[in-house]
Amino acid sequence: MACWLELQGLGLTEGAVRILADVDLKLGAGRTALLGPNGAGKSTLLRLMHGLLHPSAGRIVWSQPLTQAMVFQRPIMLRASVLANIEYGLDLRGVPAADRHVRARTALERVGLPELAGRQARKLSGGEQQRVALARAWALEPQVLFLDEPTASLDPASSREVERIIREIAAGGTKIVMTTHNLGQAHRIAEEVVYLEEGRLLEQTPADEFFGQPRTSAARNFIHDERY
Amino acid sequence: MQVFGMFRSCLIVGVMLVSGAQAQDRFITVASTTSTEQSGLFGHLLPVFEKTSGIKVRVVALGTGQALDLARRGDADVVFVHDKAAEEKFVAEGFGVKRQEVMYNDFVMIGPKADPAKAAGKDILAGLRRIAAAQAPFVSRGDKSGTHAAELRYWKAAGVDLATTKGPWYRDTGSGMGPALNTAASMNAYILADRGTWLNFKNRGELGIVVEGDKALFNQYGVILVNPAKHAHVKQADGQAFIDWMVSAAGQQAIADYKIGGEQLFFPNATK
Amino acid sequence: MNDLSASLALAGDLVAAGDAKLAAIVWLSLKVSLSATALSCVLGMPLGALLSVGRFPGRRPLIVLFNGLMGLPPVVVGLLVYLLLSRAGPLGQFGLLFTPSAMIIAQTVLITPIIAALTRQVIEDEWREYREQLRSLGASRARAGRTLLWNARFSLTTAGLAGFGRAVAEVGAVMIVGGNIDGVTRVMTTTIALETSKGDLPLALALGAILIAVVLIINAGAYLLRQWAERRWG
Repeated sequence: MACWLELQGLGLTEGAVRILADVDLKLGAGRTALLGPNGAGKSTLLRLMHGLLHPSAGRIVWSQPLTQAMVFQRPIMLRASVLANIEYGLDLRGVPAADRHVRARTALERVGLPELAGRQARKLSGGEQQRVALARAWALEPQVLFLDEPTASLDPASSREVERIIREIAAGGTKIVMTTHNLGQAHRIAEEVVYLEEGRLLEQTPADEFFGQPRTSAARNFIHDERY
Repeated sequence: MQVFGMFRSCLIVGVMLVSGAQAQDRFITVASTTSTEQSGLFGHLLPVFEKTSGIKVRVVALGTGQALDLARRGDADVVFVHDKAAEEKFVAEGFGVKRQEVMYNDFVMIGPKADPAKAAGKDILAGLRRIAAAQAPFVSRGDKSGTHAAELRYWKAAGVDLATTKGPWYRDTGSGMGPALNTAASMNAYILADRGTWLNFKNRGELGIVVEGDKALFNQYGVILVNPAKHAHVKQADGQAFIDWMVSAAGQQAIADYKIGGEQLFFPNATK
Repeated sequence: MNDLSASLALAGDLVAAGDAKLAAIVWLSLKVSLSATALSCVLGMPLGALLSVGRFPGRRPLIVLFNGLMGLPPVVVGLLVYLLLSRAGPLGQFGLLFTPSAMIIAQTVLITPIIAALTRQVIEDEWREYREQLRSLGASRARAGRTLLWNARFSLTTAGLAGFGRAVAEVGAVMIVGGNIDGVTRVMTTTIALETSKGDLPLALALGAILIAVVLIINAGAYLLRQWAERRWG
């Protein structure tokens, strides 16, 4: 698999606290899960890749510029209609007004919520809002989609729906990089697992191998703890 | 998003309100004293003048000192005040064209009806001396108004040197006639006031007139056109029309006609 | 107590009589203060957004400055605007002194810092919540500021109302730049000051009661409108 993103000696310190250190990583897979216990630096790594944070050490090298989008753990909706929320993202990318509407509607249909187009986004349930957030990202037709714990605050039914949507987005050729606490979900979605602990990258392993026979004892313990 | 629309509509509403609030009448601005405004004289005079001339008069009522300062800056067309010395200085400095006398009213000394200082009588100077001797509470305007200037003149004439005798009994309030009267009413103090404001004043408490009728208490009003040579925008013709009317027979009669409770407040004495 | 009830009764009588002069004074008060509020929103809200979303040198001192200016004494504002608009002043040629426009300018100067400071507070909270999402979508800071102003529109009505309340209640500034000219620049507060000067305390108090009632009605109206709009557009 061709490498599309390379992190070289990436580090981030805030004040005296070292959040990430010496992360060397080459991403080539289409679907990557970042795993690790709380405070491992997964979300931070995701934000560095997406450009929301700037590293205090190291470099981020894109093989070629790819369009990106990100979906957060807690969906952030503007006080506007569902459709307007999706159109807003398109507007920011310079999509002409006439196309925005069509693309927003299509995205909303893809996440299975066409009937909510005119509703107030902030009045929807958490699960519905997360699906709108996915539609907003999807409408941008990103080449890379970052997801930060997209189902952490959702009930099982909503989680399943969100997972289905993620897989569909991936099937369209969009590269997925996500963090999750749900090992089953990681297994179902990811081809490759990146395991972090205390701000350090411990291993990068194909998903099947990771869940069967992780290379590090830390990852073994993590899987054991998460499962039981 | 719609945010620009929101601001634009705010702006349009704002501009509409501003321009709507600007009626473009023919008017002059007269800087005058609180005594003429608060005694109700202008409320009586101006409608008569406006009817005959078609010129609206906008009165800004201040102390005499402030009114003259305002006119010095060119913010009025005419001054109508009562402090002869200050008015003559104003004209001498070139800010005014000419001072004309219009009318007089009189000052009265107000004080507690019980008159603890035994100041009552017809002699203002004797009254003041007794107040100072008794150190009875006395409220001063202290605002460089015409009334304040008159009060200081009387103290001087009475031979009372405020600089040395001034004590807690002498309250320098730095306020207009009405607020000073309110203060005097609440302290049951003596105060020098113009008769018009006193007659129109409602919150009298225990106060009444203590000294009146002294010739020295006459209070001369003068009217001056602000010099267009100093301030080119002064409405010379309309301002002069107002002055001419005030000193005319019709204007003088209108002044004499103003009464409160049957009592005449201002006595026309224009010099032709 | 007697004074109070007499004043309230007088206020009721004045309103019931529908006195045209009183109505004109109330209307002028509203016109001046609502115009000043509208102008201050136009100026102060983008400024508040800039202070919360923007990143430029001197931002923190500016924030402190605007917080401090919230306590600007109206008399000082009146004096400054008077010196500006006076014939001898830099803007004297426009002849704005002693007009409602001068009063609008003075009140705008008075309340713009209030609206800017309150807006900054609101937008700063919004920015904390929306920052990552907006940046992820690719919004510039300027665009984010605009978006958040719109997004916070319901909360911002409070900033507008605070400004309006201060404008309509102040007397120091409008007295100086308006001159309290009968029928031209006489508003509720200057009328109250005048009646107090005349020693007619019951009438002054009655006018005060009417002023409070007008302000309450406007606030209640804004509150209901906001409730309705929030339900509708939430």
